[in-house]
Amino acid sequence: MVSGRRIRVRGQVQGVGFRPFVWSLAQRFGVSGEVSNDAEGVLILCAGGDLDGFEAALRGEAPPLARVDAVESCAAEVPVGEGFAIVASGGPGAETRVTPDAASCGDCVAEIFDVGRRRGYAFTNCTNCGPRFTILTGLPYDRAQTTMAGFVLCDACRTEYEDPGDRRFHAQPVACPDCGPRLWFEREGREVAGDAVARAAEALGRGAILAVKGLGGFHLCCDATDAGAVAELRRRKRRPAKPLALMASFEVLKGYAAPGVAERALLEEPAAPIVLLPKQEGGLPEALAPGQGALGWMLPYTPLHHLLCSAVGRPLVMTSGNLSGEPQAIGNAEARETLGGLVDAFLMHDRDIARRLDDSVERITPQGPMVLRRARGRVPGTLALPDGFPTRQVVAYGGQMKAAICLVKNGQALLGHHLGELDEALTWEAFLQADRDYAALFDHRPEAVACDLHPGYRASQHAQGLGLPVVEVQHHHAHLAACLGENRWPLDAGQVAGIVLDGTGLGADGTLWGGELLLGDYRGVERLGWLRPAPLVGGDRAAREPWRNALVRLDQAGLGDEAEAFFAAHPLAPLRMAAAKGLNAPLSSSAGRLFDAVAACLGICPAVQSYEGEAATRLEALAGGAGEGYNLPFAKGVFDTAPLFRQLVQDGRAGVPVAQRSWRFHAGLAEAFAAQARALVESGRAEAVALSGGCFQNALLLDLTVKALGDVPVLIHRKTPANDGSLALGQALVALARLESR
Amino acid sequence: LAHGGGGRAMRDLIEEVFTQVFQPESGEDQARLMHDALQVKGARLAFTTDSYVVTPVEFPGGDIGKLAVCGTVNDLAVGGAEPLWLSASFIIEEGCEIALLRRIVASMAREAEAAGVRIVTGDTKVVEKGSCDTVFITTSGVGVIPAGRDLGAAHIRPGDVAIVNGVLGDHGATILAARGDLALSAPLQSDCQALGHLMAAVAEACPDLRAARDATRGGLASALNEMAEAAGVSVELDEAALPLRPEVKGMCEILGLDPLYLANEGALVLFVPEAEAEAALAAMRSVEAGREAVVVGRAVEKGSVPVRMRSAFGGTRIVDMLVGEQLPRIC
Ligand SMILES: [Fe+3]
Ligand SMILES: [Mg+2]
Ligand SMILES: [Zn+2]
Ligand SMILES: [Zn+2]
Repeated sequence: MVSGRRIRVRGQVQGVGFRPFVWSLAQRFGVSGEVSNDAEGVLILCAGGDLDGFEAALRGEAPPLARVDAVESCAAEVPVGEGFAIVASGGPGAETRVTPDAASCGDCVAEIFDVGRRRGYAFTNCTNCGPRFTILTGLPYDRAQTTMAGFVLCDACRTEYEDPGDRRFHAQPVACPDCGPRLWFEREGREVAGDAVARAAEALGRGAILAVKGLGGFHLCCDATDAGAVAELRRRKRRPAKPLALMASFEVLKGYAAPGVAERALLEEPAAPIVLLPKQEGGLPEALAPGQGALGWMLPYTPLHHLLCSAVGRPLVMTSGNLSGEPQAIGNAEARETLGGLVDAFLMHDRDIARRLDDSVERITPQGPMVLRRARGRVPGTLALPDGFPTRQVVAYGGQMKAAICLVKNGQALLGHHLGELDEALTWEAFLQADRDYAALFDHRPEAVACDLHPGYRASQHAQGLGLPVVEVQHHHAHLAACLGENRWPLDAGQVAGIVLDGTGLGADGTLWGGELLLGDYRGVERLGWLRPAPLVGGDRAAREPWRNALVRLDQAGLGDEAEAFFAAHPLAPLRMAAAKGLNAPLSSSAGRLFDAVAACLGICPAVQSYEGEAATRLEALAGGAGEGYNLPFAKGVFDTAPLFRQLVQDGRAGVPVAQRSWRFHAGLAEAFAAQARALVESGRAEAVALSGGCFQNALLLDLTVKALGDVPVLIHRKTPANDGSLALGQALVALARLESR
Repeated sequence: LAHGGGGRAMRDLIEEVFTQVFQPESGEDQARLMHDALQVKGARLAFTTDSYVVTPVEFPGGDIGKLAVCGTVNDLAVGGAEPLWLSASFIIEEGCEIALLRRIVASMAREAEAAGVRIVTGDTKVVEKGSCDTVFITTSGVGVIPAGRDLGAAHIRPGDVAIVNGVLGDHGATILAARGDLALSAPLQSDCQALGHLMAAVAEACPDLRAARDATRGGLASALNEMAEAAGVSVELDEAALPLRPEVKGMCEILGLDPLYLANEGALVLFVPEAEAEAALAAMRSVEAGREAVVVGRAVEKGSVPVRMRSAFGGTRIVDMLVGEQLPRIC
């Protein structure tokens, strides 16, 4: 034993090359000792050399994929001899962490375009980049427990893998053309000889539609500048209007979009999300995202993508490889079966995908970054819980439409990936897989399970069947709690006013809520205000057909004649009867349906939305100009929508442009809720205002609301989606708060 | 109609309105029955009961009386029994029109005759206004299952084919339209019909007929879920194959309803081994109630959910049991 230091490093420090990084620092500062992984992170026992310099470097320089939350150091007697060693890890829970998949690093990209043994090799990666969660088949995370298990390392790769000084030291998916996965081009079930990427590029150049096997699933791919190919892709995929994501190198992208500094930084993050960038005049076919103000762009994030993008030199459509409504294919056989009829050829490889992971979707708003869909590159990253929460373990199952699971343990929340709608059979299987996966990954033993109040949500039914205590959380309370949690609002920091503008969720009173002013905290909320309820005629059908909502809102405002003029082609009489008799026409204060109603009144959306949010996103995209917000007077808890519709119709008669009417609607809604929320803060009943619910993915609404709130503290979503994608996080926090106060 | 405690007026009423359908075997307050089929060794008696409550009591395509006969006949028939005798018990709201009762009773007589069953005993009670809604009817039925016939969901095996006898949802849609006063342009009619002859034909043609179930309350979805659970298999439906009238489809679209959950009163689903599917279809199509029989899906190895449906536009949707009132879930 010698006198030295015991240094504990916490954060995302496993599976990211942290131990070799420590090893190289030890060489630099002449420190001897050892480094290991354990359940709490990385542990260093060291002595000799420049210990202060060593520690400072630990804090200051970290490998690209690492996130250091804390470095705790104390003097200690340590069993240290000569040299510095990376020792095998021990103890329960050690090395169970796996980090999110990361886009190819600069070194690896340079390598595939350079001479050398990995030139043109589509599966090049290193400790600083490459697949992780998408190839994981078991724990602990090492090569044998990934879909790389079947590929035996050649001598050259093994040498890199075992050398602490190499950037491939312990990079589990390390590979080269001699020993790793193989890429091929496949047409009509047969491999086509020759360079696969060159063949694919040729085919794309001729307007072909390809299936490209990626990281978390297959993409459908075509030349984005080829309007004919885009139209054909839409036809085959039966996807008439939903925006298609694009992929291009930054050099190519610059020719079609003008990303700002923050947008570029987001595009270039290792997570490599799809980033929404405003459309430019006259660049690309309108059919890529009809009626939308932005296009979703991502940079190539695997070596295969880099090779393909470089060979084509134009932006590519990279949309998930599925038929509309299905989750994307991940297996080769499955892809041939489900996509064979959709594509002209496959760019295929033999590294299996262990789990389906969609591309994450994000945007930069005037109020900062915003996650719209949280998946590849972001999971299984964890979020630190706010202060005051117990270290108990809870699992939460989220919502129905944008299901995602959340696990909480030791002050960390693991919010799982976007799964999709749980009525889809394959998505439901993915939910069950995610439930098992994350439990294993987090070594999780929940003492309670949280879910939505709605008994019809499949996830709630699953929760009820586990035999654990169940905490049912009201939908919009969960939205509010998720926003508080993301902002690390401490458990006992006091009450906040919550503006939750959302689709629908079952309310505590048995009606359907969705446009709410709440006052409360993690433990509970009071409903202080809501949009005037209107019937959802046809239940969920109302969410698909915006005009239904317009009809009931216009009727409420005494504008039945207008409704008949606007929607003459629709069966209004039976709908009105159904509304009057309450025949599958439950009342709802939904804000989402209010957006639909306004969009339909403005005539800017189809009778039946071809994808979720089509009407609302079109409404946002075309809003412009300025002017006073429409009036939503507040009395006795109700924001009355009738005056708004009267003004909307009046403006229409006066010839006010659609853009301005849309803007006045956004402004009116923002101002009405902001005024009441602000009053709660000013009167001392609330400490801050939190904004949550799916409508706050609307950047204009968000911006106008924040501005209308003035100088009161405002909490918004940035890292977790404002929609049901973060519902599980909120549920978990509410459950923890309630367990604690029992 | 005034209610009474079994006095003279009441007896007269019963005599007059009801005895024409009841065909009592004895003058006693019980039916005494004999049937050749019961003498065969291995034959089993089947016995079932159901209560019928519907608003309105008369609707396009039927009335509560027809419903009460068909429903109980069908409960016997789908279990493989030959329906023979029914009892019928009425709870009548004070003030109910005699003319309405006569129509209901005549309808029962007609339906029983067509189905080849006799109503052999019954009862009537008149209750205070507001204690019931116009009239409630309970029918019980007795039938005989021939020796060697054993239908049950537990016999269903992966690979078996699911067949329905005809269009789905007509009854449920008709009742809803009538109740909601929906002013629909297209006429709808209940599918209310007895399925005894149909089942006899299939059982004859398919020695390995596995199981059948009438898709009443909760619709085809509920019937299939129950069968799949009991069998320990999953069922995969093909949406494109579902027989639906355009009028019913249209109404479901307007009201946002799923036809898989609409009640039927003359629809059944049955499972046969694939090898017998053609024979089953032919036998079903040979009788009126099975004219539009069609394969709608098949049993597969048990998966993560009991029933799923390949949708016409891609994707496979989970088809659940209906739990309570369906509240919107789209957020
Ligand atoms: Fe929601
Ligand atoms: Mg019964
Ligand atoms: Zn790399
Ligand atoms: Zn190698």
